[in-house]
Amino acid sequence: MAFVTDRKRVNGLGAAKSGTHHFWTMTVTSVALLVLTPFFLAIIGPILGASHAEVIASLSRPIPAAIVAAYLVVGLHHFRLGVTTLLEDYVRGLARKIWIIAMTIVSYGLAAAGLVALAQIAL
Amino acid sequence: MADVNRGNRPLSPHLSIYRPQLNSMTSILVRITGNAMIVAAFLLVWWLIAAASGAGYFATVDGIVTSFLGDLVMALSVLGLWYHALGGVRHLIWDAGYGLDVESADRMGWGMLIGSIALTFLTLIAI
Repeated sequence: MAFVTDRKRVNGLGAAKSGTHHFWTMTVTSVALLVLTPFFLAIIGPILGASHAEVIASLSRPIPAAIVAAYLVVGLHHFRLGVTTLLEDYVRGLARKIWIIAMTIVSYGLAAAGLVALAQIAL
Repeated sequence: MADVNRGNRPLSPHLSIYRPQLNSMTSILVRITGNAMIVAAFLLVWWLIAAASGAGYFATVDGIVTSFLGDLVMALSVLGLWYHALGGVRHLIWDAGYGLDVESADRMGWGMLIGSIALTFLTLIAI
């Protein structure tokens, strides 16, 4: 590291331009989730503990299915960015990179699995 | 090369230095609740997959998700969800340039703590 110049050390890491992208995406997704949350709870709450037929009937309707799908996609994208910040704050070195990659896979993997399940129920 | 003292500079004061305050505690709770909700996300997606797989597997997973422990996790997740949502609202207000003084931040902090409990009771009663 002693032979690396200051310029080389910070190149490509500047906070300008793309530096606000993370912040702005969190702002946009948080507002979307704020709007979706009451609807999401109103759809999932009543069918949690209901019979299999009732669950299928409820999630087969297009608007509840669309709201749950949107909640999964936006929510887990928001989670991915949030957990990345958490890991950047508390984990160092190679472990940080491995954790960020793993949690990215978990985030999008869960969203994909949920969407496939919803599609199978709704169609 | 100008910075010869790299890696050996004094650090800014952190948790061990500052006295716990409402502001810092409500802030760390936003982070904890936000990240803890991955447990509920796992359970919900598992439950959706089970529902798509058929009545037999659904009965097994539904039994776990709506067991006493499952209900407890889900109820606490609703509390976490509302707390995190209200914490997000406080951030949106701050980002817009309002409520940045200590009194307003504290007032919103109490609003998050009390409001999230009230909204959780409302949610659990209503549905």
